[in-house]
Amino acid sequence: MTALADFGIAFGRVAFVMFFVLNVAAILGWVERKQSAIMQDRIGANRASIFGLRAMGLFHPLADTLKMLTKEDFLPARADRLLFVLAPFVSVLFSLVAFASIPFGDTLRVGDRVIPLQAITLNVGVLYIFAMLSLGVYGVMMAGWSSANNYALLGGQRAAALMISAEIAIGASIMGVVMWYGSLNLQDIARAQGDLVFGWIPKWGILTQPLAFILFVTAGIAATKRIPFDMPEGESEIIGYFVEYSGMKFGMFLMTDMVETTVLAGLCTSLFLGGWQVPYLLPDGFHFPWGTVVALGSLTVSLLQVGSFVTKVAVMIFVLMLIRWTLPRFRYDQAMRLGWLGLFPLSILNIVLTGAVLLAWGGRT
Amino acid sequence: MKVAQRFYLREVVSGLVLTAGHFFRNMGKHIARSLGRKDARGAVTIQYPEERRPLSPRLRSLHRLVRREDGSPRCVACMMCETVCPARCIYIVAEEHPNPEIEKMPERFDIDLGKCVFCGFCVEACPEDAIRMDTGILEFSSYSRRGMIYTKEMLLALEPAGHDGVPRSPVPIPADRTV
Repeated sequence: MTALADFGIAFGRVAFVMFFVLNVAAILGWVERKQSAIMQDRIGANRASIFGLRAMGLFHPLADTLKMLTKEDFLPARADRLLFVLAPFVSVLFSLVAFASIPFGDTLRVGDRVIPLQAITLNVGVLYIFAMLSLGVYGVMMAGWSSANNYALLGGQRAAALMISAEIAIGASIMGVVMWYGSLNLQDIARAQGDLVFGWIPKWGILTQPLAFILFVTAGIAATKRIPFDMPEGESEIIGYFVEYSGMKFGMFLMTDMVETTVLAGLCTSLFLGGWQVPYLLPDGFHFPWGTVVALGSLTVSLLQVGSFVTKVAVMIFVLMLIRWTLPRFRYDQAMRLGWLGLFPLSILNIVLTGAVLLAWGGRT
Repeated sequence: MKVAQRFYLREVVSGLVLTAGHFFRNMGKHIARSLGRKDARGAVTIQYPEERRPLSPRLRSLHRLVRREDGSPRCVACMMCETVCPARCIYIVAEEHPNPEIEKMPERFDIDLGKCVFCGFCVEACPEDAIRMDTGILEFSSYSRRGMIYTKEMLLALEPAGHDGVPRSPVPIPADRTV
């Protein structure tokens, strides 16, 4: 009976994360259209309707998916069949599983059972996410190479070069956070961000590591190949690594983009925006700095935490979209220079500064 | 470039502030509109089929043939419009008018709207003020070239647009279209 319950709980944790990521990714197409429209004094796509119900264009992602599913699934004559078919699956798989170790809440107590609100509890969660995001390069490379198209190959190489140069900067910029909170476990990092500085400021990563936050967001956008770093795909004019793809395989590359944006937002949230922390909320209720205490039940606290996490992810996605619709595209050599001569040295500098501060204040050795 | 500009950051932030300002201002107007404030417009979009821009009274739209009081065309088949037409899209066959005071009238008056360039020369050339381009009808389409040829009967049936520029007669539907 307990084995069955354990299995059910584990299944529920994974199912929640998958449900969250897939739905957010699906709705991101709508968010992107509508947000860009409102930023540019437009209305945005609103014509898709079911029985005359338009729902502010919410059915457009559905219509897009239907269109992609019913389109011809074209296979180029000289393509490497296995790799060509495998590439979009590899891309989307690794971006989907990356979300697994991001905590969306503290622990939930049901009876005597303590459930961690996280799909898998890993003590090296940060490394796991980097491993999964880096493996995404393989999907891109496979797509570029197996298409038997020189443009696709060039696009794949550019994408791979960009992703690798950005991921080094990501890894180095996050080291500051890892040093500061002294853990590779995302749950520990999120928990440590609940501490208060001077008794009233939550010790979120964005306050303790502001430089790392900027570097991480920049490198993260580059690693997910979104505007202003979208020169490997450049959906509007450049030919990218998925020229030869059509139908749902192409749709899977688009979905990879959306899922990666969600993962990036989730990672930003748990590393820099306090994860699931609600300010002044402790496991037994609110403890405001002026002394008021509002006691809350365990379930309410967990719901608040999950809600806080979802809200922060939504805000972070908004910011990422804002950046996407504001900045013009970097040239390839500019992006490379920014990655290797800008982000990378600055993130090393951040590590040195963090180390110096930690050493000077003698908090940890 | 100055050092501050080389770091992009300030410029990026000022750009983001600009676009975010647009977003929140427009979002506020959209919300106000959905709460009943009809004068708040968050976008400059005109939602075309439901909402139309007012047309200028001088706009050259679909042609119509002006009728006499007895309903026969005012046209006397003088071929002026057919001659002046740069696109050669007008085809007229003349016949006797039953009234002996009027010399001729068109038996056929076809305009191939697939060729027409909407220059308005036919209107200017007409000595009888028999053809006008004031119906306000802009949407006419067809799946075939043949369906774009509008005959005398179709052109005679059209009414001028109202003062607000809204067409008063329905768009003639070509034979190859059901809707």
